[in-house]
Amino acid sequence: MSMWINRIDTHILPINFQYHAPKTLEEALKLLAEYGDEAKILSGGTDLLVKMKQRLIEPRHIISLRNLTELRGIREVEGGIHIGAATKLREIERSQIIAERLPLLHEAVKAIGSIQIRNMGTIGGNLCNASPAADSAVALMALGAELHAQSIEGERIIPIENFFKGPGATALKPVELLTAIRIPPPPENYGWAFRKIGRTSLDIATVNAAVLLTLRGGRIDLCRIALGAVAPTPVRAVRAEEHLRGREPTPELIQEASELVVEDISPITDVRGTAEYRVEASKALVRDALNLSIERAGGGGR
Amino acid sequence: MKIRFKLNGREIEAEVEPNTLLLNLLREHLHLTGAKYGCGIGECGACTVLLDGEPILSCLTLAVEVDGREITTIEGLARDGELHPLQRAFLEEGAVQCGFCTPGMILTAKALLDENPNPSEEEIREYLKGNLCRCTGYVNIVKAVKRAAEEMAR
Ligand SMILES: Cc1cc2nc3c(=O)[nH]c(=O)nc-3n(C[C@H](O)[C@H](O)[C@H](O)COP(=O)(O)OP(=O)(O)OC[C@H]3O[C@@H](n4cnc5c(N)ncnc54)[C@H](O)[C@@H]3O)c2cc1C
Ligand code: FES
Ligand code: FES
Repeated sequence: MSMWINRIDTHILPINFQYHAPKTLEEALKLLAEYGDEAKILSGGTDLLVKMKQRLIEPRHIISLRNLTELRGIREVEGGIHIGAATKLREIERSQIIAERLPLLHEAVKAIGSIQIRNMGTIGGNLCNASPAADSAVALMALGAELHAQSIEGERIIPIENFFKGPGATALKPVELLTAIRIPPPPENYGWAFRKIGRTSLDIATVNAAVLLTLRGGRIDLCRIALGAVAPTPVRAVRAEEHLRGREPTPELIQEASELVVEDISPITDVRGTAEYRVEASKALVRDALNLSIERAGGGGR
Repeated sequence: MKIRFKLNGREIEAEVEPNTLLLNLLREHLHLTGAKYGCGIGECGACTVLLDGEPILSCLTLAVEVDGREITTIEGLARDGELHPLQRAFLEEGAVQCGFCTPGMILTAKALLDENPNPSEEEIREYLKGNLCRCTGYVNIVKAVKRAAEEMAR
């Protein structure tokens, strides 16, 4: 919580900007094409307004998504599950489809902030804000999500692995809008786990982790491990994944794999924890998440 | 910019700047001082109001964004001079000390009871975790929410 180090009066929003509330997606894309660099998208505002109050960003134009109903909602489609970028976190948390098909995402979203934050905040905002600690990001990485971006030029699909470019930076061009998140149908009988350590239950993560795996003939088959708040972006623990694939999940193997996460992370020390703490926490979270995932995949955990 | 919205059951029209926050519109222009400024950055819940029945933070909401919507503040809970059961229960259980967190706390609790009329202690604590009480009266706050739930069930 940055409340105690905030040196600026947050009573008001000390920035002047022009406010736009386009009625259609096309209109929104035109505004973005016109103002690009000088504009910021306003979705739920729970990240954007905090940053503007602290004058960390001072956009000249605000383009609100409030009227764009086409950017909202959750539905099953041929390529999996479609979530509109401006869908409220609370709607995802309450969705039957998500709870049944993607419990990993359900749990990650439930771990975000408070009821108020989830009533306001959106999944697209959680991703586009590009915090290394974003809770939905690790879950969506483990689920192999694809992100749909649109500009007046057309649409492009960005695998979530290629989306995050650094703290606050994404692969989106200034003229592009994130329109949807597409999650491929998860494999049969998969195991999953989401784990988060925060200083308080309201806080963003000190470390978070998500795992998705399947077993075949008693061996680990598909395996994705994602970690947050331990590198400039959410990351996949690729070395650990490789170590596990095709092998029998013995306690020794799980231990080895969780030690290997250090190969893919580069944590820093900040107000939420030291780098050393984050390394140890990452190993422990991954070990726990792997054990739980194996159990859920029917492999008898330990 | 002109906006129209429903405030505590009444249609309201207001002239606001793009950067006017809902909290400041309510407190400074409409003189409804129930919603409080605590932290201004989403962490304390003192500024909570209901937007179409759901608790949100008015310190992080642009006033223009509530155009066409419905806002309920603590001033809108009493009916014909009768306190809402939650308001009564907060008084009876001593869940109000300095009172700074109370409006936000009660509005969040109202949304909880509207959605789950019989919550467990755990559910109450989870739902109210975005509302901080610096007098730390959480035990009595939980008791008050339970008491209100019981009364409303009658
Ligand atoms: C008290 C508090 C607690 C929090 N706790 C957590 C937590 O536990 N875990 C967590 O992960 N986060 C947490 N957050 C951060 C935040 O609430 C989430 O990241 C939320 O999902 C942001 O969504 P939003 O719609 O409010 O984004 P906004 O603030 O509207 O936008 C965020 C950024 O993304 C851009 N953007 C938004 N939508 C789009 C789009 N469709 N296309 C292109 N750009 C877009 C905006 O321009 C802005 O730069 C917390 C925030 C607060 C204030
Ligand atoms: S004043 Fe809005 S959350 Fe603290
Ligand atoms: S009663 Fe004082 S802050 Fe809660």
